[in-house]
Amino acid sequence: MKRTLTLLAVALCSTALFAQPPLGLPELKIPENNPQTPEKIALGEKLFKDTRFSSTGTISCASCHAPDKAFTDETGPLLVSLGINGLTGTRNAPTVVNAAYNRTQFWDGRSPDLEDQAQHPFLNPVEMGLANHDPIIEVVRNDRDYSRAFEQVFGVSGDEITMEHVKMAIASFERTAIAGNSPFDRWYFAGEDDAISEEAKRGFDVFLKQGRCVSCHAMEQDHALFTDHKFHNIGIGISNITDRVPDLAGAFLEAKAEGADVDVTVLTDADTSHLGRFAVSEEFGDIGQFKTPTLRNVAVTPPYMHDGSLATLRDVVVHYNNGGVTNPDDPVTPYLSGGIRPLNLTEQQIDDLVAFMESLTSPEFATAGALP
Amino acid sequence: MNNMKMNRRNFIKKTTAATIAGIVPMSLIKIAGAQDNQDFTFAYISDSHIQHIRGNEFVRNWDRGLINAVAEANLMNPQPDFVVFGGDLAQMGTKAELDHGMEFLSQLKAPLRGVMGEHDFYLDMGEYWSDVFKSEHYYSFDHKGVHFIVLNSILTYDEWNNKWESDERRMAEMAGLDNPNGSPFMIGDRQMTWLAEDLGRQSKSTPIIVLSHSPLQHIYKGWNFWTEEAPQIQALLAPFEKVNVIYGHVHQIQYNQIGNIAFNSVMATAWPWPYPDTYAKSGSHVPVMTVPMNRADPFSERDATGWQLVNVHTGRIDLEYTLYDNTNRTVGWNGATGRPEDKRFQNERDRIPPQNHY
Repeated sequence: MKRTLTLLAVALCSTALFAQPPLGLPELKIPENNPQTPEKIALGEKLFKDTRFSSTGTISCASCHAPDKAFTDETGPLLVSLGINGLTGTRNAPTVVNAAYNRTQFWDGRSPDLEDQAQHPFLNPVEMGLANHDPIIEVVRNDRDYSRAFEQVFGVSGDEITMEHVKMAIASFERTAIAGNSPFDRWYFAGEDDAISEEAKRGFDVFLKQGRCVSCHAMEQDHALFTDHKFHNIGIGISNITDRVPDLAGAFLEAKAEGADVDVTVLTDADTSHLGRFAVSEEFGDIGQFKTPTLRNVAVTPPYMHDGSLATLRDVVVHYNNGGVTNPDDPVTPYLSGGIRPLNLTEQQIDDLVAFMESLTSPEFATAGALP
Repeated sequence: MNNMKMNRRNFIKKTTAATIAGIVPMSLIKIAGAQDNQDFTFAYISDSHIQHIRGNEFVRNWDRGLINAVAEANLMNPQPDFVVFGGDLAQMGTKAELDHGMEFLSQLKAPLRGVMGEHDFYLDMGEYWSDVFKSEHYYSFDHKGVHFIVLNSILTYDEWNNKWESDERRMAEMAGLDNPNGSPFMIGDRQMTWLAEDLGRQSKSTPIIVLSHSPLQHIYKGWNFWTEEAPQIQALLAPFEKVNVIYGHVHQIQYNQIGNIAFNSVMATAWPWPYPDTYAKSGSHVPVMTVPMNRADPFSERDATGWQLVNVHTGRIDLEYTLYDNTNRTVGWNGATGRPEDKRFQNERDRIPPQNHY
C-alpha cells in the first residue's frame, strides 16, 4: 500500500510538472524508470553546470549548452564548440532545448536517449577529457551537498551512488528545457492573427509548398517539433570528402571493428565526422546523413548544420535552394538524399522563409542569440 | 587503397556475426564439397528509366537513383567481379537517354554487362543500346565455373512491331501498362533455338545463371510480368542441377522456386511498382513464398528503390538488397528447404508491419 502511494505521489508530481505542454508542443513522455521530481531536476542542474567533471576543471555541460544562450554556445567565429584546453571537435553543439522530444541523441543518433547521451562528453578527449567516469563518482560520493542530494533523490549514499544516478539526474534537468509558445505557435495553433508578420506568413507557405521543408521538418495537427526524427544527406560536409569516401568509410569500419570508440572517432577526425549516420549504422545508404534538427529557436542557435559551416539562416536556405550545394557551381554529392533538389525560390521567398524561421523563437530565448 | 574490408558481409563476419546470425549470408558458411572457384560476387543495378525532358534536362529523381547506386557499388571492397545492368536504362529508348545513363554507368569500377529492357528496345529495336553497351542483344559467358546466359526476353510479334506509324508510337505503346494495344514479351523462335543449343553444350552439373529483363514466369500479363514461352524455357532449364534466374522489370522483390530453378527479381533504382495481386480486377500469380518488399514511406523519395549484391556460392545465389531509407533485405538460397528465402523475414511471425500492410 505504501508503495502504491509512493508511485501515485510520483505520478502526480510528474503530472504537476508538465500538466500542460507549452503551446505548439506535444505532451512530453517521461521514462517510467526516471520520473521527474523537483529535487532530481535541481540535482541535475547542479551536475550540468559543474566544471569539476572535466580533466582541467574548466568545462561543464553548460559550457557548450549554456542556458542563457538557448542551451548552445557562443555565436562567435567558431563553428564548433571549445572543449578542454581550447580544443575543438568536429560538430556544432546542438541545443538541449526540446532535445527531450528527440527519438535519438547526437547529430548521428548514436545515443538512444538523454540518459545515455549524458555519459559521453565527459570522456571525449576534445570535450571534457576524462579518462573514465571515476573522477565524477569520486566527487559526488564525497561532496557533502551532492551526498545529501543523491540520498534525497535516489535514496543512495556512498558506494551506492553510480553513474546511472548521475545520468538520470542530468536527463531529468534536460527534460525541463522544453520551449514552445513562439509567435508562430500563437498564430498557427492559437489563432492570434497579428502574432507574426505578413512576411513570416508567406514564409510558412513556402515552408509547406515550394520549399519542401515540411517533408523533413515535420508538423502535426496540434503541435510541431519540426523534425521527422530521421537522417538525411543534404550535401553538407560530405561534399568535402566525396572522392575519399571509399577510403574514409573503409578505414572507419576497420577501426570500429577493432574496437575504436565511435564517439571519439567522429568528434576528433573532421573527415570521418562527415560520414554521419554511417558511423553508427554501417549502412551505405546512411553515408553523410545527419539527424533532422528541430527548427524551434533556430534563429538564436547559429551557426548551422552539423559542422557549423553555414553562418546564417539565409545561407541555409540558399544551400537548399541550390539543390544541396553551398556554391551553385559545386558538384552534387552522389550520396545526396532523394528529396533534396533545386527549389527555384526567388529572393523574396528566401527572405520570407527566414522570417518564418525567426518567428519560431520561444519568448524565454528571445534575447539569447543577439550578436554581441 | 589498403586492404580494408568495405564489404558489408566481411564486416558483419568480423564483428557481429553472433548477434545477427539469422541474416549472415550463406556465402560465409563453407558447404562441404564447395568449389572455391564458384564463389564470387557481382552487383546488379536495374530499371533506372533515365527520362529526357527537353534540352539537357532529365528527370532528376531517376538520375539520382542511378548515381547513388553506382557510387555505392564502387564502395565495395573487394569489388564485385562485374556489374549487371538489368535493363530499362532509358525511358523512351532515345540516344539522349541512353547516353545520359551511360555517363553514370561508365563511372563503375567493375566491368559492366547489359540486359535489354523494353524501354531500351522499342524505339530503334535495340540498335543504339548495342552501341552504348558494346553488346549483343542476347549472349552467354562463363565465369569461375558458372555459365551465364543473358536473354533478350522483351521481344514480341513482328506483326505488332510493324503495325505502328512511327518508332516513337511503337515505343510509347510498349511503355504502357494494362494497354489494350500492348503485346506480350517473348524470346522468339530464333533465340529459343540458340538457348537450346547453348544449354546443350553445358554439363548438367554446371551451375546456370540466367539473366533476363522480364520474369521467365507467368505472373501478370497486363504489366508484362510475363514471358510468353516461360513454360518452354523452364523445360529447357529443368534438367540442370542448379539453375538461377534473375530478372528486373517488376521493380519489387519477388522470388520463387520451380523444380531446380530458383527465381529472384531485383529492385529498380527509379521507382517501385505495386504487387499485381493488389490490383483486384485481374487474376495474377505473385509467387506465394515471396515476402513483399517493405512498404515505402511516401515522404522518402528513394524509399522502395535499391540495388543488389549477388553472392554466388556452390552454384546458388543470395541477393543482398540495399534499400534506401528502409530495412535492407537478404533473399538467399536455403539448402535445407531447397528454395530462396528471406534470411530474416521468411517466417510469418518474423515479419514487420510494412511487409503485410499495403
